[in-house]
Amino acid sequence: MSLSTFRFGDGNPQYDAQGRLRHLLNTEGLREPEMLQILDTAESFLSIAQRSVKKTPTLRGKTIVNLFFENSTRTRSTFELAAKRLSADVLNIAVSTSSTSKGESLIDTVDNLMAMQVDGFVIRHPEAGAAHLIARHLGDSALVINAGDGQHAHPTQALLDVFTIRRLAGPIEDRVVAIVGDVLHSRVARSQIHALSILGCPEIRVIGPQTLVPKELSALGVHVYHDLQAGLRGVDVICALRLQKERMESHRLPSLDEFHRRFGLTPERLQWAQPDALVLHPGPMNRGVEIASEVADGHQAVILQQVAHGLAVRMAVLTLLAGAAGGGENHA
Amino acid sequence: MNADWDVTTLLEGMVRDLRPRVDPEQTAMIGIFTGGVWIAQALHRALGLKTALGQLDISFYRDDFSQIGLHPQVRASDIPFAVDGRSIILVDDVLYTGRTIRAAMNEIFDYGRPASILLAVLVDRGGHEVPVAADIAALRLNGAAGGQIKLRGPDPLRLELLTSPRTAS
Amino acid sequence: MRRIIRNVRVMDPSDGFDAIADLAIVAGKIAIRGAVAEDFQADEILDGAGLVACPGLIESSLQAHTPGHGRDGDLASELQAAVAGGVTQVVLRPDTQPVADTPAVLQEQQLLAEKLALARVQVSAALTTGLRGQALSEMTALMDAGARVFSQAKQPVHSAALLRLALSYAADLGLPVMLHPEDPELAAHGVMNESGLSLRLGLPGRTAVAEQVGIQRDIAIAALSGCPLFFPHLSTGGAVAAVKAARKRGEAVRCGVSIHHLLLSEQDVGFFNVHAKLLPPLRSLAERNALRRAVADGDVTAISSDHSPWGVDRESMTFIQAPFGISGVEWLLPLTLRLVDDGLLGLMAALRLLSTGPAQALGLPLPSLQVGSVADLCLFDPEAVFTLNPASGASRGRNLPYAQWDLRGRVRYTLVEGRVVFRA
Repeated sequence: MSLSTFRFGDGNPQYDAQGRLRHLLNTEGLREPEMLQILDTAESFLSIAQRSVKKTPTLRGKTIVNLFFENSTRTRSTFELAAKRLSADVLNIAVSTSSTSKGESLIDTVDNLMAMQVDGFVIRHPEAGAAHLIARHLGDSALVINAGDGQHAHPTQALLDVFTIRRLAGPIEDRVVAIVGDVLHSRVARSQIHALSILGCPEIRVIGPQTLVPKELSALGVHVYHDLQAGLRGVDVICALRLQKERMESHRLPSLDEFHRRFGLTPERLQWAQPDALVLHPGPMNRGVEIASEVADGHQAVILQQVAHGLAVRMAVLTLLAGAAGGGENHA
Repeated sequence: MNADWDVTTLLEGMVRDLRPRVDPEQTAMIGIFTGGVWIAQALHRALGLKTALGQLDISFYRDDFSQIGLHPQVRASDIPFAVDGRSIILVDDVLYTGRTIRAAMNEIFDYGRPASILLAVLVDRGGHEVPVAADIAALRLNGAAGGQIKLRGPDPLRLELLTSPRTAS
Repeated sequence: MRRIIRNVRVMDPSDGFDAIADLAIVAGKIAIRGAVAEDFQADEILDGAGLVACPGLIESSLQAHTPGHGRDGDLASELQAAVAGGVTQVVLRPDTQPVADTPAVLQEQQLLAEKLALARVQVSAALTTGLRGQALSEMTALMDAGARVFSQAKQPVHSAALLRLALSYAADLGLPVMLHPEDPELAAHGVMNESGLSLRLGLPGRTAVAEQVGIQRDIAIAALSGCPLFFPHLSTGGAVAAVKAARKRGEAVRCGVSIHHLLLSEQDVGFFNVHAKLLPPLRSLAERNALRRAVADGDVTAISSDHSPWGVDRESMTFIQAPFGISGVEWLLPLTLRLVDDGLLGLMAALRLLSTGPAQALGLPLPSLQVGSVADLCLFDPEAVFTLNPASGASRGRNLPYAQWDLRGRVRYTLVEGRVVFRA
């Protein structure tokens, strides 16, 4: 007897039944044309920042909620500015996770806001999968952008990074990219890896001690290095990651100094990579830990351009998702 | 009605009508993507305007954005001159509902406050939904055309009347 | 009450009997297994044509949340689910609220079970107080209150020294002990199998090595006192092999696996599917295949649904917050028949893993349809195909990852001591 098996319908919830992108939860699973559309649209928004009126009427009348369960002045303010430059109304809500664990569930919080007819959520949450949970709950009724969920994903950061690489280092199809630092706990690194591989990056390396860069990462299609010199050889782009102090408490590192000794980016070590290799950092930086000040402030670092690009990329993502939400054909 | 027009002849007529109204040293020109830019390039050359040609992509300013979403290929608007106090000729290929022109003017005003805007189009096919009128039009159809009018280009430029029933957007 | 079941395919793993026959049940016992005379007086005659009769299934691990707050189900709802699944006997998990570490809790559970008169209930008692692994529970008092087995539910005993004492003490009482073998430090707070997949999802992983380290320790310590051990839910081929090796040495160790670990893998976590969050976690496909081989080779004594119902408000939790477990006792039989369809097991072997197997592992009387046996039995239609709808279940829990699965095998009658406790 042959029986068919229908597995739990657990496809990627960022797409609707027609396969349209409704939410941005991760770079994983994005199709290349969609990613290119986001990046190309961001190019258009970049020039808008040069005008006397830095605003377009695109999202006029729409309300976007920044729902942050974790502190982040940086990400929240770029999302806020992005939405405001698109003429949307923005509601900033900071929820301390201790209060949600006591009472109201994540879904109840979202439903309460939905009752006020909002059009989209930008969500930052300390737990992996929180944005997926909300997107699955909301379906097509509002857009969801994941602004960081635990150690899982931070897609807009990864998109702004590939945007920066594309603008400043040339075609990603010919660039070797190294991600250095605490990859294990980094949502940025995970989303970067997916974004780079979708855009055809020929070689992605991850570099760090085995306690922070486990060998199993090769399952994501990256080359794993535990030696900085070997890892940086021939690299065109270096993405440094922020090292969290908590890693010391969990005994994954003996000390911050020790990390700097093995993996800190210094001007001398930058020589191991290609001449004029680009240095990216998602911020905020620990100067003297993962990156030396001479590198952070040097001509190879593009950390402030990343911030400007982040604004344009987030405007592009908001525009594309809001456009799809209108029943629109963003692939027309 | 003839399905094809000679675009070169139409352009010559536009240049004739525009010449007395422009100052080649001062007047600036802006074309609207995609067809408007093609027409504007031809006019800009023929009129010998000194100010570099501007280009507008009005995708982010469309009033129907929330219904139909974003065009898959958005290009960057580029206005390479100061808009404040400038006399501007705004160029598009086909004037129909007038909504594109409204959006384009909104966008131009986000760059600055021009002294004047003059609208030049290849075809005014009538059917306006907002009070927008072309100052200069090489061809005026007064809503007579049942089909869709489409400018093909950039080389050569051909104006086509598609007789198939018009689709929603 | 006298009942006859006519023309039924009797499959009895206790002696391998497999034939179309009649069963007569008198005073709660099997009176005849074979041909029942036409003039045999009966209050009810059940037509068994097309059905299989087997000894009632035994679920070695059922979380009924009794005592508890009731939002996630209670003994009434979960025993209803059990009998709907052909299960006639269950062992309650001790990790209730409060924990089953006092005679009062065991008495409450048994009194309620008696009143409900659904499936037979065996109570398990916590091996250590509060399951915390810091002090021995009052095992004699608990045994006197009805405990048939001691259990640590899903809690490992941190201290090897305390485990040694607890197993030695339990060995004196002659009751088996159920353990969750896992090195707690290595397991950390992982919520899914540690692998490329957990790295991809950014979820804390739980390494398979924790189970292998844990089981080696537990087996070695049990050997010191000879305490009989039962590991009801192993998730790795290596752990099953460790049990097999111990049995070869003559040690009283048995193991089981959950049906979920035989049908699913870590891939089913997909994009944060909380219904695939299990403890031990669903492992890689390679581990799943190793477990399937071990079942086929007879190295596993019992298959369980590890029934853990959770109410609907758990659906709004993130993967990290959501509790472990699947609500599955009602579907244990058709899910296990999947293994038969896959050619892994014969039907008789599958029924053995669901009835006599768990009884052996738990030291309970072997269920049987032989004359004189207690008439605990299950009648199911092995050819009935249906599409699983979680909302149709009797359990309060809707947490199962099998929605829309096509399954084969529907329970038509469940009898406990000759009484019909479920009728489809």
